[in-house]
Amino acid sequence: MKTRIFRSAEDQTGAGTADPTHAVRMGGQVLPAAVSEASETAGDADRIEAAAESSRQADQTVVATPPTGPIKIAARDVSVFYEGKQALFEVSLDIPDKTVTALIGPSGCGKSTFLRTMNRMNDTISGAKVTGRIAMDGEDINDRSIDPVLLRARVGMVFQRPNPFPKSIYENVAYGPKIHGLVSAKSEMDGVVESALKRAGLWDEVADRLQSSAMGLSGGQQQRLVIARAIAVNPEVILMDEPCSALDPIATARIEELIDELRERFCIVIVTHSMAQAARVSQRTAFFHMGRLVETGDTEDIFQNPRERRTLDYITGRFG
Amino acid sequence: MIWIYLLILVALSVAAYLGGRALAVRRAVGAKPHSRPGQHGAYALIWVAAPALLVLVLMSLFSAPLERQLTAVDTPPEVAALDPFRRDAFFADAHRLGRGEPALQIWERPLAEQLPVEARRMVSIERTLKWGGGLAAVLAAVLGGLFAMTQIRPQIRARNRVEGWVYGALFVCSAIAVLTTIGIIASLAFDSFRFFQRVPIFDFLFGTQWSPQIAIRADQVGSTGAFGAVPLFAGTLLIMAIAMCVAAPIGLLSAIYLSEYAGRGTRAVVKPLLEILAGVPTVVYGFFAALTVGPLLRVFFNEIGLFLIGGPLDGLGHYLALVQNQMALTAGAVMGIMLIPFVSSLSDDILNAVPQTLRDGSFAMGATKSETVKRVLLPAALPGIAGALLLAMSRAIGETMIVTMAAGLAANLTFNPLDTVTTVTVQIVTLLTGDQEFNSAKTLSAFGLGLTLFMATLVLNIVAHRIVQTYREQYD
Ligand SMILES: Nc1ncnc2c1ncn2[C@@H]1O[C@H](COP(=O)(O)OP(=O)(O)OP(=O)(O)O)[C@@H](O)[C@H]1O
Ligand SMILES: [Mg+2]
Repeated sequence: MKTRIFRSAEDQTGAGTADPTHAVRMGGQVLPAAVSEASETAGDADRIEAAAESSRQADQTVVATPPTGPIKIAARDVSVFYEGKQALFEVSLDIPDKTVTALIGPSGCGKSTFLRTMNRMNDTISGAKVTGRIAMDGEDINDRSIDPVLLRARVGMVFQRPNPFPKSIYENVAYGPKIHGLVSAKSEMDGVVESALKRAGLWDEVADRLQSSAMGLSGGQQQRLVIARAIAVNPEVILMDEPCSALDPIATARIEELIDELRERFCIVIVTHSMAQAARVSQRTAFFHMGRLVETGDTEDIFQNPRERRTLDYITGRFG
Repeated sequence: MIWIYLLILVALSVAAYLGGRALAVRRAVGAKPHSRPGQHGAYALIWVAAPALLVLVLMSLFSAPLERQLTAVDTPPEVAALDPFRRDAFFADAHRLGRGEPALQIWERPLAEQLPVEARRMVSIERTLKWGGGLAAVLAAVLGGLFAMTQIRPQIRARNRVEGWVYGALFVCSAIAVLTTIGIIASLAFDSFRFFQRVPIFDFLFGTQWSPQIAIRADQVGSTGAFGAVPLFAGTLLIMAIAMCVAAPIGLLSAIYLSEYAGRGTRAVVKPLLEILAGVPTVVYGFFAALTVGPLLRVFFNEIGLFLIGGPLDGLGHYLALVQNQMALTAGAVMGIMLIPFVSSLSDDILNAVPQTLRDGSFAMGATKSETVKRVLLPAALPGIAGALLLAMSRAIGETMIVTMAAGLAANLTFNPLDTVTTVTVQIVTLLTGDQEFNSAKTLSAFGLGLTLFMATLVLNIVAHRIVQTYREQYD
């Protein structure tokens, strides 16, 4: 394991900038004004240089702050190859439970690829090969004994473009419970559908037209329907790959609010291209670059004092 | 002869193009031309070629009647005195003689002397017309070219004018296809109308007796024949149903295999193979049906029949023991085989058009491949697949060769797949092949059948295309 971990405060150069007053308020509030501030503070430059220097020897992941609380998913040295071409290089990342973890990084850096390793969706891509170990609750999900079909009932996924099935709204939400045989009675199914739609914040909008086609919903409603579909099977983890990139700002705000609510019950991993969104919804952030995990830590920490030059450049919009 | 003119015209066109281009360059000095020199060249070329082509087309259309007119002017009195039929024959022979071929008939004294004279006269008229037409074409080309040369100026919008001509030419080409279709419908409708004047349309559509053969024997009782098309449509439907029972499940399942399960390598081999299979001439399937499948099925059913004779199912046994090679089942089964590649290729395209995100969504929900196919892909693709099946049906209805060779000719009104039946298309073929009296109800009934068939498949096709279309739009 190549991960180098800053375990103590002494290890952290320039600990002073971790001033809690700089902290961006997470969980639904506004953008990190502190981001630009952080990069401009005079002392920061030295600190960043020093950190960059120390990590340049190898492509090691900088763990700015270790996660607190129980770890849901632990990835160790995960590499992914597409037809022999390596897309992901020895990524090691701890993802805590009941937390939103944001995966950020420039296009093509392997965020989606890493996300797909966690529910074994890479299995469905011909020519894709995954190495390394991914443990969920201590259990290797790539183990022979794990059925990917059952795994995916525990790890839900929401895609970039809303992809409701061309069926009724009701049928969409009932899809998972049906195929997994979770409920038998119709009345019970009604309850499951209703509660999933309620938790996805869609119930009020569709309660009177459950039997009409899901294709008739707006993009934002479709995306919330897809989230409802995912939580109907009561998963433990929800993976979201740029869930708002096809939505307008209002629908986006609605989804972000929803993510923040869902955090109380699920472990959520979200890929996003929007720094503002990462800062708003996530507590943990992992920055990927060229197939490597460069830096990870608490979101406020990453955004205020990134240890790595590349992280700083990316979050201040200097590349990507 | 005509080649010389064509060569001259091509040369003129090339000259016009080059000249137009050069002229455009020369005249453009000082001013900023609207179009490029090449476009001016094309403009000049069109002005050379189009009038010449117009003259040639008019000539080929009108030279024959014109020639007849010119010949008629100076007809010698002996010839003019003949009745029109003989006169035509006389001129035809004169024409043959003029080309150096012997006359077909032996003509009497005064006419026999006239024949070579007339022949010479006709040859000279013909030659005049040919030369005249050719010269007119060249003249038109030259005039058009000269006009174009006067037109070429920097300001002229040669590009737009050339585009206009291109547009016109393309429009004419597509209009030809549409007009042909309309022509087909019109001729079909016209002859059907004549048929329905003899046989009431109600009797035709709802009669259950089909025996057109009687109609040609005018002295017989029932000389109007029996033109009830119901047995034919029943036979067509029966065979189509059997064919669809074979083609729909197999075609659909193989499409599912191809699009969802097969690896890229398998797909690369199987898909082209299927498409080749779709191109096998139907007469080959006809052989297969008549020589292989028919006897096989007969033997199979006869064996079952022999086995049953003596048992409680005695009657059925006797019936089965007499089953013949030619039956609806043979034709239907082989037609179904013929349609498999058609159905599977279309369905495969339709399944592939279902967005990958739906598959991903289903897999990510923990669905297996077969659950995804059954619960997401098939429902999503259903309208498209229904359209594909309707198209297959309309092909089955129109198919002729296999049925002719394997189903028999007897117009039985039955839904028993082991009986011989006949279909609309087969009857059309039998009605129109061989020596037929062209005005009898029997022959005309083929047009009635054709029109009805055309209408049926047209409606099927329109419905199918509409369905496929709306399905496509759903995901765009
Ligand atoms: N199915 C595939 N087959 C082959 N190569 C792939 C496949 N999917 C991804 N890749 C490659 O893997 C690398 C990482 O891709 P990935 O989709 O994970 O990037 P990403 O970070 O999600 O980018 P984006 O932000 O644009 O979505 C890219 O170079 C991409 O070309
Ligand atoms: Mg991606």
